Amino acid sequence: MKYPFAAVICLIAGASLCQAADGDPGRGAQIYQRCLACHSLEHNRSGPRHCGLFGRPAAALPDFSYSPALKSSGLVWDEASLDHFLENPLKAVPGTRMAYAGVKNSQERADLIAYLKSATRDAEKCPSGSSP
Amino acid sequence: MSSIFPPAAQTAAARRGFLSGFGKLTLSATAIALLAGHDRLALVGPAAAKTAGNDVTFLNAALAAEQEAIAAYQVGAASGLLQKPVLDLAVQFQGHHKEHAAALAATVKKLGGTPVAGKAQYSFPVDKLKTQADVLGFAAELERGAVSAYLGAIPILDDRELAKVAASILGDEAMHWAVLRQALGQPPVPSAFVS
Repeated sequence: MKYPFAAVICLIAGASLCQAADGDPGRGAQIYQRCLACHSLEHNRSGPRHCGLFGRPAAALPDFSYSPALKSSGLVWDEASLDHFLENPLKAVPGTRMAYAGVKNSQERADLIAYLKSATRDAEKCPSGSSP
Repeated sequence: MSSIFPPAAQTAAARRGFLSGFGKLTLSATAIALLAGHDRLALVGPAAAKTAGNDVTFLNAALAAEQEAIAAYQVGAASGLLQKPVLDLAVQFQGHHKEHAAALAATVKKLGGTPVAGKAQYSFPVDKLKTQADVLGFAAELERGAVSAYLGAIPILDDRELAKVAASILGDEAMHWAVLRQALGQPPVPSAFVS
């Protein structure tokens, strides 16, 4: 079996040098379907809504009940913090109520984050009032 | 399309239960068997509950999603947009979610936790539900998400028997998703793997 060149570099250099390239929001939209049992863009569900996510401190929606762990996390949602959190939510913020193993594939996370970055700022998907 | 729906006689009782609300939840024989075979749950006390933190977190997250699914099917059925036999199908699926919710809540209690309460009101995109297909699409979206939620939770469960119960529910949700896709005229099983 032949490994792709990039994969070999990753194995040698370590994961930190192997961050996924730019995410594809189209693929990210498909990955976001995994989130739809608990989240939506516009409405709070068993998880908080995502409109206005970027730049928002964690646990900042006034109309959602968060875990104490997320409230005290000090996180602000951006590409880096989302990448870290989504890889393993329970490890990133022990005590979070997001009982999900995480999106382990770095390219999938990049795609998902690219979608979130686009969709959560989209005036049609996130009409006035859906962002804090 | 009608071949995918259950006989009307089978769903009449379910519909009556559906319309009577959430007050008569009982564990199915399957759920009882799954949970009864769960040695750790049978013996659990406060000390064991401390070690079951992830499991209780998962169970309550799943319970919240199941409660929302029950409410979503209620909205769909009450919308007047679903015609028989699709209405009967929705009633049957809602009944499954009620059984899941009851089993999950009972397990949270056995683990020493407090089952999360359902919301008095949910925010559903009712303004976008204009046709039967809209309702089915919304339900399919929730079921697809539920499959992913259970799939994403199973690896973090400390208890393998509990993981087995979660996998059992996942299988049921996946069947719901497939049947709803079929009813929408979509390929019922879009790929070899789910994620």
